[in-house]
Amino acid sequence: MKLITAVVKPHRLDEVKDALHAFGVHGLTVTEASGYGRQRGHTEVYRGAEYTVDLVPKIRIEVLVDDDDAEQLVEVVVKASRTGKIGDGKVWTVPVDTAVRVRTGERGPDAL
Amino acid sequence: MNGADTAFVLISAALVMLMTPGLAFFYGGMVRVKSALNMLMMSFIALGIVSVLYVLFGYSLAFGGDTAGLIGGLEHVGLGGLGADTLTGGDEGIPVFAFVLFQMMFAVLAPALMSGALADRVRFSAWAVFLALWVSVVYFPVAHWVWAEGGWLFEMGVIDFAGGTAVHINAGVGALAAVLVVGRRIGFPKEPMRPHNLPLVLLGAGLLWFGWFGFNAGSALAADGTAANMALNTQVATGAAVLGWLLYERLRHGAFTTLGAASGAIAGLVAITPAGASVNAFGAIAIGLVAGAACSWAVNWKFRLGYDDSLDVVGVHLVGGLVGTLMVGFLATEGGGLTQFGKQALGAFAVMAFTFVVTWLLAKLVDVTMGLRASADDEVTGVDRAFHAETAYDFSQAGTSSAGGTPTPAAARTTPTASEGRKVDA
Repeated sequence: MKLITAVVKPHRLDEVKDALHAFGVHGLTVTEASGYGRQRGHTEVYRGAEYTVDLVPKIRIEVLVDDDDAEQLVEVVVKASRTGKIGDGKVWTVPVDTAVRVRTGERGPDAL
Repeated sequence: MNGADTAFVLISAALVMLMTPGLAFFYGGMVRVKSALNMLMMSFIALGIVSVLYVLFGYSLAFGGDTAGLIGGLEHVGLGGLGADTLTGGDEGIPVFAFVLFQMMFAVLAPALMSGALADRVRFSAWAVFLALWVSVVYFPVAHWVWAEGGWLFEMGVIDFAGGTAVHINAGVGALAAVLVVGRRIGFPKEPMRPHNLPLVLLGAGLLWFGWFGFNAGSALAADGTAANMALNTQVATGAAVLGWLLYERLRHGAFTTLGAASGAIAGLVAITPAGASVNAFGAIAIGLVAGAACSWAVNWKFRLGYDDSLDVVGVHLVGGLVGTLMVGFLATEGGGLTQFGKQALGAFAVMAFTFVVTWLLAKLVDVTMGLRASADDEVTGVDRAFHAETAYDFSQAGTSSAGGTPTPAAARTTPTASEGRKVDA
């Protein structure tokens, strides 16, 4: 199994969700995240005091997938989240040893 | 008794009362989330403390008789000698109780104004003591100087219609002195300390603006043309100050900010307070524009000079108060000129000197005896939890319920654990 993690622009979440659903992925986890890459942050002004805010809002999507689907799903996520502008985010995978469905106790790919 | 005047002053008193919670929101939205409740409470507690002190001895010290032009007498301590039938100014006056209530609201607001300079870092019990001392030793005498018959600035002819000198310059200088005793917040000026809730700031500014009609027009103590002129000028100057601040900000920093609009409004309200009954609408526009631009420039002094006037009480109330107090010297439609300007400057300077020295001593006294400054630990964790045992917002669903999820009534605890046994604001 593999864990796909995608950090993307917040307004691309729906496209990514729809694309994964169309592929047949049944579950995912979404968290609100903040961070920066090459685009860096932005500047805010309060009564003339300028603050550089490094971190911009992002969405982190995590999906557990079967090894065979991983490459293809990464492409699906990348395609759905791309706008072509700086700050589109990143997608990566890591291998996963174990996964257990809490309700039934199923393990491995059956738990997906 | 004049019924119309009485009704107007009573309603104005209620309007001024609303300014203190309005100020609490204005300040409360500007601090970081960990001290939002403390900021609200620093203002709100004034409604408790000063309301009681005012009837005990405040009214008498401010408006009872006169001692050498410096302070009132003791004949109205506990409202002695006054009753529901006592009138001010003869048969056509208003009940003294209406005047007492109206003036009480000013005394509530004045010390609350200073709290913004001391955000995030003052022990609440020590602040309460400092507030009671300040209003007794600084505010009541200065109110006497400026407004009471026999008060030395009043007799000299200083124009302070609704409290530019007695309230705003006074509180602005007091804030500066208190800040110098308390010191900077941990992390100032390097760490960004952004306002946590700007909508709350704008709500507070709106409530202040609304209540200020009572503050300014009500100070006519009569439902007449003076009150109408003051009300109109209050609106016009405040609008102009919003424009002045936003314009300066747009040119200097490239954006029209919400905080700038709210701050401009307060700067305009402060500046028109001493002046509004003595100028026409064009004078009010001039005062508002200058106040907006001057205050938006003045709020940056603290970064250059290194004092942590956290929410710019000096930059807005002291500078705005000075703008109005000095400009009315020239712009007054009756008697404006160099002589009047000299009186205005002398009045402002006298209050600044007196209040700075006495406030510094009071703050030092409280600091040495009971400790005005919160511990570094409490300050960094947030004074809300340290002194109020509360947090302002609960947005997260995870991990916020108490152990087991059942609240324990205080009476049911027989053996307090270490954390329960911790006294709040010891």
